[in-house]
Order: sequence, then C-alpha cells, then structure tokens
Amino acid sequence: MTVRVGESARALPFQKAALPLLDDAQLRKNVRHATDTIQRKRGLVVAEQTDWQELRTAASAIKRHTLKHLDTYLTQFEERFTAAGGVVHWASDADEANRIVLGLVQQYGGKEVIKIKTMTSDETRLNEALEQAGVHPYETDLAELIIQLGHDKPSHIVVPALHKNRAQIREIFLREMGLKELGNRPEDLTAAARRFLREKFLRVKIGVSGANFLIAETGGVCIVESEGNGRMCLTMPEVLISMAGIEKVIPSFEDLEVFLQLLPRSATGERMNPYNSIWTGTHEDDGPKHFHVVLLDNGRTSILADKESRQTLHCIRCAACLNTCPVYRQTGGHAYGSSYAGPIGAIFTPQVLNMEHAQSLPYASSLCGACYEVCPVKINIPEVLIHLRGRVVREQKSALDPEALGMKAMATVFGSRHRFEAAQRLARVGQWPVVSHGWVRHLPGMMGNWTAVRDMKAIPDQPFRAWWKQRQKKQEKQA
Amino acid sequence: MSGTREAVLKRIRSAIGGSSADAAAREAEREVLPREYRRAGSLDADARLAMFIERLHEYDANVVRTDAARVAVAIGAILQEHGQRSVIVADGFPVEMLPDPITPKSGAAGGPAESFAFRREEKANVEDLDRCDGIITSCFAGIAFTGSIVLTHGPGEGARRFTLLPDRHLCVVRTEQVVETVPEAMDRLAGFATAPITFISGPSATADIEMMRVRGVHGPRFLDVVLVG
Repeated sequence: MTVRVGESARALPFQKAALPLLDDAQLRKNVRHATDTIQRKRGLVVAEQTDWQELRTAASAIKRHTLKHLDTYLTQFEERFTAAGGVVHWASDADEANRIVLGLVQQYGGKEVIKIKTMTSDETRLNEALEQAGVHPYETDLAELIIQLGHDKPSHIVVPALHKNRAQIREIFLREMGLKELGNRPEDLTAAARRFLREKFLRVKIGVSGANFLIAETGGVCIVESEGNGRMCLTMPEVLISMAGIEKVIPSFEDLEVFLQLLPRSATGERMNPYNSIWTGTHEDDGPKHFHVVLLDNGRTSILADKESRQTLHCIRCAACLNTCPVYRQTGGHAYGSSYAGPIGAIFTPQVLNMEHAQSLPYASSLCGACYEVCPVKINIPEVLIHLRGRVVREQKSALDPEALGMKAMATVFGSRHRFEAAQRLARVGQWPVVSHGWVRHLPGMMGNWTAVRDMKAIPDQPFRAWWKQRQKKQEKQA
Repeated sequence: MSGTREAVLKRIRSAIGGSSADAAAREAEREVLPREYRRAGSLDADARLAMFIERLHEYDANVVRTDAARVAVAIGAILQEHGQRSVIVADGFPVEMLPDPITPKSGAAGGPAESFAFRREEKANVEDLDRCDGIITSCFAGIAFTGSIVLTHGPGEGARRFTLLPDRHLCVVRTEQVVETVPEAMDRLAGFATAPITFISGPSATADIEMMRVRGVHGPRFLDVVLVG
C-alpha cells in the first residue's frame, strides 16, 4: 500500500522545517492577520449561537456512533447512492484512488477537469497523477487557483493561500494569466479569477470534487462552499467524480442540521456559508449525467483501530484549531509538511502514515488545549497528541535510544522518594557549572535540546519538603 | 476493485471489533444520541421576519417587503432600478407576480419606463443564462437565524444552474416560508431529502485574499429578495 498525505513522507521534521518560516516576516504577518480575522468573526457568531455546546455534544456523539458502525453506514450509503444512479468505487490508498479517477477521466474521453477545492485530492496528490497522464486539472477555488498558478503549496485547510498578500497574488495572476494590467484590490483580483474560470466552467465536461458529508440514509452528498465554484463544478459538467474519505459518512439527512450549524461558524466565522449543495445521485435535466464517488481509506482504518485516537476521524475540516493554535500562528502551515496543517494535521498525518513518518508532528504543540476548546466536534487533540508521543517512543524508538534510556532512568529516580531526594542532593552540589543567577540556561550534550528553547530554575538550596519540616518544627517549638 | 471493497470493509470490521450488522441495536443507540440543541424558534412572526431581513442585509442582499397585491410592482421596480432588460423566469414561477414586460408598472416615480423582456427558463440555454441580466425564482424556505434561502429546485425555483450563472438573482419569499432555525428548515425538507437542495446565504463571496470579503465570485453577484406577506 502507498498511504500518503501529500508529500509528508519526505518532509523535514517540523522543528527543522519551522526555522526558516519563523524568519519570514511577511509570511508571519499574513498568517497572523488571517487567523486573527477569522478568530474574531468566529467568536461573534459562536457567541450568538446559544446552544453551541449542545451542538458540539450532538456532533461528537453522531460521529462516535457512525465510526462504531462505519461498515454498515458505508454500505448503506453505497446501496442508496447506487440506486440513485451513482457508481461507488473503493480505494485502499492514494495511488489506487488516483488510478480510479484517471481511469474514469480517460473513459469519458476528457483531457481537462475542473476541480472544487478538495483536501483528499491534495492528500493523494491527484493533480500530479493527472498531469503525468496528460490531463490538465483546473483548480477553481480562488485560493487553490492562487496556489496552483503560483506553483505553491497550501498552508491552511480552509484558506490555503492565506500566506500570500494581495501584491504577491497580483504578481502570480499577471504572470500566469498573461494579463497586461491588473489592479491589486481584492475585487480586481477576484474579477480576474472570475473571467479566467468562467470559460472553463462552460466548457470542461468533467468535474472533480471532495465531499463534506455523505448521507447513508439517502445516498446524498453535501458540499459547502462560498464562491459558487463548487456549484459550477457539480452542476455544469456531464461527469462528476467525488473523492471522499470513508469517515465522511453520516447516518441521516437530519444529522446535517447539526453539522451545517457548526461548520460555517467554525470555519469562516459566518452564520452560513453562501452555498450548501445537497444532492442525491443524478437528477434528470439538472446536473451531471454520470456521478462517481471514490471512497478512500488511505490509512484511515489504522486510525479507526486505535481506540484512544479514533476521535481524530470526527474532523469536519473547519480549521478552527489552526487559527487558534499558538504554534500554527507562528509558523503557518508549510512547516507541517502535510496537506493537513495545525493541530489536526499533527494528529492525523502521523497516524495515517502508521507512525512511520511525520513523527515530529505530535511534538509541534504546547499542549495548551485551545484546539480542543474550539473544535466543533470535540476532538480532544491534546489527549491524542500525548497518546501519539507515547506511540512514537514505544513503536519507533529503539530501547537503546539514549533518550529512551534517559527517560527510563528518570522514571526509576522519580518512582521512589528516597532515590528522588538523593538525586536532588546530588544535583544541588553538582549543578554549579551550569547555573547563573538562579537559572539554568544551557545544558551540555543531549540535554541541551531541552534548554535550547526554554530556561529552567536551578535546584534550590532547600527543597520544599525540608522547608516544610523546618517550619513545622518551628511551630511546635513556639507552641 | 471489488477486492478493494472487501479489503477496506474487512479492515474497518477488524478495527471496530466485528461487524455492526445488528440493525435494531444500532437504531436503538442512534435514537438516544444527545440532541439537546435548539430545534424550535422562540420569536414571534414579526421578530422572525425582522431577523431574516437584518441578516440578509448583513450578507449584502437587497430586501424589499411587499404584499401579495403589489409583488409585480415591486419586482418591476427592482428590475428597472438595476436596468435589467433581459430577464429569465424560472419555469413554474407564478405569471401574475410578473410586471407587464412592455410598460412596467414602475414604482420609480417619474422615471422613464424602460422595456424589459422576459424569457422562460425552458427556452434558455447556458449561453443565454450566462449573458442575461438576471433571473427570477421563488423558493422553498427561508431561515431567519442564518439569513438563508433554501431551494429544492421544484416548480418556480429553477434548475441548479439557473440560479448560478446569471449576475443577479431575484428571489420571491413568502413570509409563511420563513422559519427561525436551521432544524425547523430541515424538518420542512424531510420529504425532499433526495431532491437537489441548495442553501443560499447572500451573493457568492470570497475572503481568500487578505480575509477581505469580496462579493460575487462565480455565482450571482447580487441577490434581491422580495418578501411577500
């Protein structure tokens, strides 16, 4: 199997990849501006939804229930979707999914496809696979278009080009659209994209999309979007191919009332995004004549198998955890080396890769818990991060790894009061070469990794226990 | 490929500890899932409509409130105000709501009467939709809390492409179609769950460039709502 998430298997460790990004002042300014704006808007519309916590609880329960019965709900979706005129395909991994999509495009005789922003196709690197076979994919979401024309990588789940400002985008459009003149107001740039894409919407016969929700009860598919490019891609072409992770299924049509209230407020800070489309199979005289859904595993079943982190699959890709994360807000998305950045990426990516790659990601967090607080489906991301850090040590590091040995020794010391106090006494005497003014700022050797990014209080002359004993004795005397 | 299907299902079943085929147990479990969120609204009719109008405004939609007797006049005034001459009307849209195409009963006092031509949806192809000045539809429901209009693309509501390609969308909403909450709208949609459904909340928009909201990307740039009743 070739499970992959974008290019994460070859990505640098987070801590290394983050360094040059931290030096990019423009990028950090752009990221901070964008995440601040979304967070402010989100705060307003979440506050007015007085039943927000009840919605989160319901969403989390629906997702937990769905995953527990995932085989049934997927086959139910398959049955109803097929009855409504669609065709379901199953893909074990990224390559198989790409092969299926390419096969369909070739079967319908297409040389071009128009695409709605889809995280799953980014995950499987579908565009590359299509291009290699001579099929040209046109990204139609404005931000994805900016990324595609700029030969760049997305850095955010919802607004993938947030690291670019208007001047940078203008440069890209001038160059890649072959324009002579172009203003730099967002209105001018948006109008250029509208003109560039309108002709494609009317001409290209095959659309490719992801899916926000697959409805088991009806065989329906739901896509939420803002620009209308989604509606274009799913109604204008003759053929529509939607690639969706197996965790995207929900049991009933009614369940949408929960997610359609949570998703827009969390993702863009809107009461409702401009367009939600729900449709079931093919409809006569309205929309594509052929509709295919590719159900993608690509490592998701290995997340499902780990009970403690299964909740990772609740994710509805709103990116609220990115916007609030103190780490993401400093580095932006590229440091994560994956299609999925931020806290959700830090738990999703290493798990689908079976912990064999992206092992640095569970450490790309201060465990502050802000991500859990904003998550509309209540994924306890800090809990999963800690669980995954444990898995990295247990599954990936040799027992003779110096860090593992060090930790084992620490555990022995901390496990007994006697040994702990002895170690304290020893450290108090031995620490003088590294202490200055009561702080340890640089430790030698491997332990230097710890002090590279933080200072540590020196071991005090008198530990708390000794001070307490002394205080009690004094009080007894006075009594 | 059927091999893959079986393999994926097998991995799922092994991950969740067996098949979940017991339908009765699953349904019982589903029925007791916590759904403590707000289903029904709490506003009276006036407050509900006021909220609907306010939130449509916040999404840059234009709203005109009128009564059944004056719908045609209100629609004529909107078309005239924006100089819309070539207008396509959704099949099944009530003809009596349309203004006289030649001499509009315009509300624009004293302004020169411009002529506009109506065409029926079934007679219009994609190029006509692309080039026309605007389209007119009715709707299935309105949601006050989110400022949304819901279409099931039945008679009068147009096919999906119909409300997508033109630059201006004029939508007639009857006051009794407006509910307060999203769950109330979903209740009304229950019988239409397999129809194509579109929720429209304001004109198409993007905030992809520096988080500044720009109206009108690929869908209609303008949404006019005529609220009747």
